[in-house]
Amino acid sequence: MRGFRGMLLGLLVSFGAVTGAAAQTVEIEYWQYVFDARIKAMNELIKRFEAANPNIKVKHTTFPYADYQTKIAAAVPAGQGPDVVQLFYGWLDNFVAAKFIQPLPRDAFPPAMIEKEFYPIVSAMKRDGEYYGLPTAVRSLALFYNKKLFQEAGLDPAKPPATIDELLDMAKKTTKRDAAGNMLSAGITLDFPGQDYHWWRETLLRQNGGAPYSDDNRKVTYDSEAGAKSLNWYADLQRVHKVGQVGFMDEGQAAFRAGRAAMTIDGSFRLGGFGAIKAFEWGVAELPAGADGKKANFASYWVNAITAKPTGEKLEAAKKFMAFVTSPEAMQLWLETVGELPARKAAAETEKNLNHPIYGPFLKALNYSYATVFVDEMGQRQVSLDMINRVLIQNQDAKASLAEAAKAEQAILDKFYKK
Amino acid sequence: MTALSLALPSRFQPGRIAIWLLLLAGGLVMITPLLFMFSTSLKDASEVYDLRLVPAHPTLDNYVTVLSDGRFLRWFGNSLGIATAVTLSNVFFDSLVGYTLAKFRFRGRYIVFLAILSTLMIPTEMLVIPWYVMARNFGWLDTYWGIMFPGMMTAFGTFLMKQFFETVPDDFLEAARVDGLNEFSIFWRIAMPLVTPALSALAIFTFLSNWTAFIWPLIVTTSKELYTLPVGLSSFAVESQIQWELIMTGAALATLPTLTVFLVLQRYIVRGVVMAGLKG
Amino acid sequence: MSMPIQQETSGGRFWGGLSLRRKQVVWAWTFLAVPILFYALIRFYPTVEAFYLSTTNWNLFSKPGFVGLANFQRLWADVVFWQVFRNTVLYLAIGTPVSLILAFTIAYHLDRVRFLHGFIRALYFLPFLTTAAAMAWVWRWFYQPVPIGMINDLLSSFGLPQQPFLRSTSQALPSVLAPAIWAGLGFQVVIFLAGLRAIPNTYYEAARIDGVSNLTILRRITIPLLKPTIIFLVVFSSIGFLRIFDQVYNMTSGDPGGPLNATKPLVLMIYQTAFSSFEMGYAAAQTVVLFLVLLAVSFLQLRLLRDR
Repeated sequence: MRGFRGMLLGLLVSFGAVTGAAAQTVEIEYWQYVFDARIKAMNELIKRFEAANPNIKVKHTTFPYADYQTKIAAAVPAGQGPDVVQLFYGWLDNFVAAKFIQPLPRDAFPPAMIEKEFYPIVSAMKRDGEYYGLPTAVRSLALFYNKKLFQEAGLDPAKPPATIDELLDMAKKTTKRDAAGNMLSAGITLDFPGQDYHWWRETLLRQNGGAPYSDDNRKVTYDSEAGAKSLNWYADLQRVHKVGQVGFMDEGQAAFRAGRAAMTIDGSFRLGGFGAIKAFEWGVAELPAGADGKKANFASYWVNAITAKPTGEKLEAAKKFMAFVTSPEAMQLWLETVGELPARKAAAETEKNLNHPIYGPFLKALNYSYATVFVDEMGQRQVSLDMINRVLIQNQDAKASLAEAAKAEQAILDKFYKK
Repeated sequence: MTALSLALPSRFQPGRIAIWLLLLAGGLVMITPLLFMFSTSLKDASEVYDLRLVPAHPTLDNYVTVLSDGRFLRWFGNSLGIATAVTLSNVFFDSLVGYTLAKFRFRGRYIVFLAILSTLMIPTEMLVIPWYVMARNFGWLDTYWGIMFPGMMTAFGTFLMKQFFETVPDDFLEAARVDGLNEFSIFWRIAMPLVTPALSALAIFTFLSNWTAFIWPLIVTTSKELYTLPVGLSSFAVESQIQWELIMTGAALATLPTLTVFLVLQRYIVRGVVMAGLKG
Repeated sequence: MSMPIQQETSGGRFWGGLSLRRKQVVWAWTFLAVPILFYALIRFYPTVEAFYLSTTNWNLFSKPGFVGLANFQRLWADVVFWQVFRNTVLYLAIGTPVSLILAFTIAYHLDRVRFLHGFIRALYFLPFLTTAAAMAWVWRWFYQPVPIGMINDLLSSFGLPQQPFLRSTSQALPSVLAPAIWAGLGFQVVIFLAGLRAIPNTYYEAARIDGVSNLTILRRITIPLLKPTIIFLVVFSSIGFLRIFDQVYNMTSGDPGGPLNATKPLVLMIYQTAFSSFEMGYAAAQTVVLFLVLLAVSFLQLRLLRDR
């Protein structure tokens, strides 16, 4: 009896194996962090990809941003998790050092092609002649403004601030306070943990004639006259002009979304979130230029990379999938769904896109954008947060705070490059 | 106020009434956060700034929004299942060990007891890194078992049950032995029913601490489908981009079950917590 | 477990003293087998491993290398660690006395109340049943500035200045501590109530016949007789405050640990070191410090309170 059952079971198993092999479906796993619009876009891309490649299945897994790196670090060395993974460009060095990802195979992704067709900021993905990742989309910063609040303050809702001085002026006009002087609506949000730390480092600092890092990115150079000037200008928005307040409505984007802030600096990735706003109309403008007309912006991107995990047919499938998600078709879909800008010049700079009232300002910024090279994005971000907190909470002098921050960040850079 | 009957001679009635009112006021302050949490969960986004306790236009829209994609229900189910399984395991094993240490005489008994008791001195946070390593090596990361395994037995529960089994007279057990019951049956059928108050105390305490557990599930889970309610709520709050009415709805959903159970079983729960606290 | 059962049914009929003893021993170890395995694998081995890891430079990706006490030297020189250490001690040093005095005062008076006793007790007890991670968000919302924050709105309606709460380096820590005290208070009240109930009435009657004042009764009778309860609550709540995490993690998610690490406790530092920076060896060293602090605090408290 037992023998018979065992035989039957064996038969069933081998039968299953045979049919399984016949179908030859390869399943690969794709990971990204949670952001509703990105998930929607990726689901659509996977649908199209699977339709074109019926023998490849893509499993799509997402995690909250805060845990995302932890999860990758847990899974990849254990031989689990993603075959193709999305990572922030600033994490690249850590991921390469930890052998989470492998160089993009040259046959499918020749470096010459990448350099010809993608925006130059993508060169930050190159290590020792090998590219490790490619973005679908890039993003830049812009000024979002609430047209309703502009109108109420007697400003022209078609004319957002073009310069830093106009920004301050309009912020003063749009700030609302109650009788006791409590802020009811901010002129401009102050949110360093949001995007303001990029705005200060890559825009305000440069507009004052400074630079955040040396050309080889190994030296911190913002402990300067320009650094102090730009940091003071930013802090004065709260200290002197009182047109914004750190922590107002918890986060800057929350204040803007609630109609409680006339202006906010945020990234193109916020378009999806703000798209749900029904209570008022909003507009987008390029980041205001400096006093001498200098423009600067911060571009960042998430790249897709192939992890160390796949080999053989899984690697082939991963290559196909990578190529698909970085194709012009995928980029246009990403733009329309997520609002992020195509990483290929030809796909980005169409007449239609450049004149688009919302995408236009972001796209124009790509031509004067800087992609900061982070070695430890979280650590370096923390240094910036501490710097502004010392100034705004503890009333420390901007110069002293800059010096302290530069020292701390230099230590992070030194530790990394010494390895 | 005439119903205010007091244990001690009541020469200072006005003072006593004042104290009573203060106690009541303090109690109301204690539940203020809960009241506002529920009230805000019934307001729509435009009303959030209106800090009145009773919503002008109460709506269940937030609950529909939060529950519509099913993830809260999933997290709720995860928490319920995990807390229940861990509680059952604790009730069984802690009792078994407590009983053995209380009622059997054998060499090494005291050492085993001391060894188990000594683990009370080790904070969970010291063990999370080794547990994480262990879970990673055994493929337990991101599994229900991975969330549960560290808590399947506790020294606290063992100690509690030992205390209670020591109050069970040996004669009862001896009589059962004479009747020819084997030792496991004596434990399970004779001794266990005698300590049901302690068992419910242990069950309540274990369930509650697993229902609210945060740091370990946060570390060991990676997929959303496996989140427990506290971890899910925490990630939901950040992802909602700080929409307070939705966050309050999520918090209310996480809180409602325990509060409801408490209102129904108040007496047992308070007694159980006291018992666990004082004897444990 | 089937082995001894069979042995028993087929075994001897006569329960001589020796055979019973032996059987008992077999049964005892059978019952203990799985638990002993559990405690060895899930409690003791990890404890040893934590100590071992604290002497390595393991970062999750490399092979652990022995570095001796280098992690502890690094901690000693780490400014953030000392800030975190200070915070942790503050959580304990403020949290324990404040919550115990509050709880005792409430319990002491509530004990003499009959009218709506159960209802009032329930009001104090309810927060104990809430989930810390959920309540942290409720409190975070309470602490917001005008126009959305409840407390600031109240202050402002009385014409008082707004307070920054979580956005301040001095107020942030008490602001995070408050929900922790709030949530634990009900438990302490209930335990104190039980302790008070356990004091035999005859003590009070005797004192009252002697005409002793209420305050003296409190000092001479109630508090000394409550000593076991007090010791338990002091140790129990101290451990709780030393391990505070859920509140901090959820109340300061944008800038974890508050502005300039104003609220960061040791457990959050451990979490970040281990699971954000993956410096497992360094994090293990921090857990060893947590362990030692816990041990020292419990030991000290037991010594001090017992002797008195």
